[in-house]
Amino acid sequence: LSICFRTVEPLEYYRRFLKENCRPDGRELGEFRATTVNIGNTGSITTADGSALVKLGNTTVICGVKAELAAPAADSANKGYIVPNVELPSLCSERFRSGPPGEEAQAASQFIADVIENSQMIAKEDLCIANGKLAWVLYCDIICLDYDGNLLDASVFALLTALKNVQLPSVIINEETGLSEVNLKQKTPLTIKKHPVATSFAVFDDTLLIVDPTAEEEDLATGTVTIVTDEEGRLCSVHKPGGSPLTGAKLQDCITRAITRHKEVKKLTDKVIKSIMPK
Amino acid sequence: PSIPPSLSAGDTSVLAGLYGPSETKLSKELPDRAALEVLLRPKVGLPGVLERSREQQLRQTCEAVVLGVLHPRTAITLVLQVLSDAGSLLSCCLNAACLGLLDAGLPLSSLFCGVTCALSPDGTITLDPTARQEQEARAVLTFAIDSSERKVLMATTKGSCSVEEMQQCLVTAQGATDTIFQFYRDSLRRRYSK
Repeated sequence: LSICFRTVEPLEYYRRFLKENCRPDGRELGEFRATTVNIGNTGSITTADGSALVKLGNTTVICGVKAELAAPAADSANKGYIVPNVELPSLCSERFRSGPPGEEAQAASQFIADVIENSQMIAKEDLCIANGKLAWVLYCDIICLDYDGNLLDASVFALLTALKNVQLPSVIINEETGLSEVNLKQKTPLTIKKHPVATSFAVFDDTLLIVDPTAEEEDLATGTVTIVTDEEGRLCSVHKPGGSPLTGAKLQDCITRAITRHKEVKKLTDKVIKSIMPK
Repeated sequence: PSIPPSLSAGDTSVLAGLYGPSETKLSKELPDRAALEVLLRPKVGLPGVLERSREQQLRQTCEAVVLGVLHPRTAITLVLQVLSDAGSLLSCCLNAACLGLLDAGLPLSSLFCGVTCALSPDGTITLDPTARQEQEARAVLTFAIDSSERKVLMATTKGSCSVEEMQQCLVTAQGATDTIFQFYRDSLRRRYSK
């Protein structure tokens, strides 16, 4: 009977749970789903320079980083490039059709690019090999394998762990020939300066805020907010693309929860990185 | 379509054209409310990923105020053309969008306005920054604030800032909305008094 009610009146079904301060999957309003991360060669992409697979409940996102060489742009001769791309293939959910990237994928790609830029997690100067001649381009492909809400949090986390896993080979420019020589045996990891972590909220009925919405909750919500913080408690991004109006105080609650979440995620990342360190 | 309002703030200029509520394709129609679509055309080049992201933000902001349930199974299309960009572009687009909605006579639950704040490296807040000020700033925050309770409809940030600075910018932006809403009232009064 409850399944019939859920299909016919999903919003009323949800409201019954929200009144009791919990959700149909048993979580509290401020509780995240189980987060698991698989990094590097253990179960992720072996052909990429760095990769990570993140599962946030059912939402599964994989990020692969490939490093290639290119000439730096004319106006920033000492900077490399980081190019993120979020793909939402039709296999992750029935709401996405195959074909050119839809609005959600493009908006997510722009969001990831903004997070990388705002948080300054990698200094683009570090990616430069020879001023004006050669620099690294990091192509970060984030592909959603299973869409169950909260794409942005999972993508940012996958990107961060994949970048931590990247090993760049050393490159020397042969002075006689002018060509670059890549030494695949000598690898150095990337210097990640900041660790941004995203926390997403869904707004229900203009008043209630719930953390880590599932796809069903996102459809019923009247708005979404994503806050990205770094380890110093600074805000890298407040992303509220429209939706129900919120007061400054409610935003403050979101930020406080985001800061707590950052600590949880940091602990998890450190544990995972330590576990793959060569013994 | 009505005579499109064009909004200029300093040297930033955006032209808004609103069409609707009108007939829509079966694939796009929503059974219980109007389907809102926003198209943002940059001054040069083809619309890219940044425009898509801005379109999504503008669309969801407009959806929050437009009473779409009064016009189910219709489409409302908002086309924004950037004429010139000298800073604070997103808030100019937001203001143009709201005036477009007003001009078209669509039922709205409240008005909204866009305000951009730039945080300079020494901590001073500049409202409605020029392109130069935006580049030199440590962080640029854009808010869409509604007219009924001055709550935040939309927020985007560029660069990083502390939580207190963000709250300060928000309060400053909320204070500035009075001027903008007065401007709306004056322009509409001028339009309808002819």
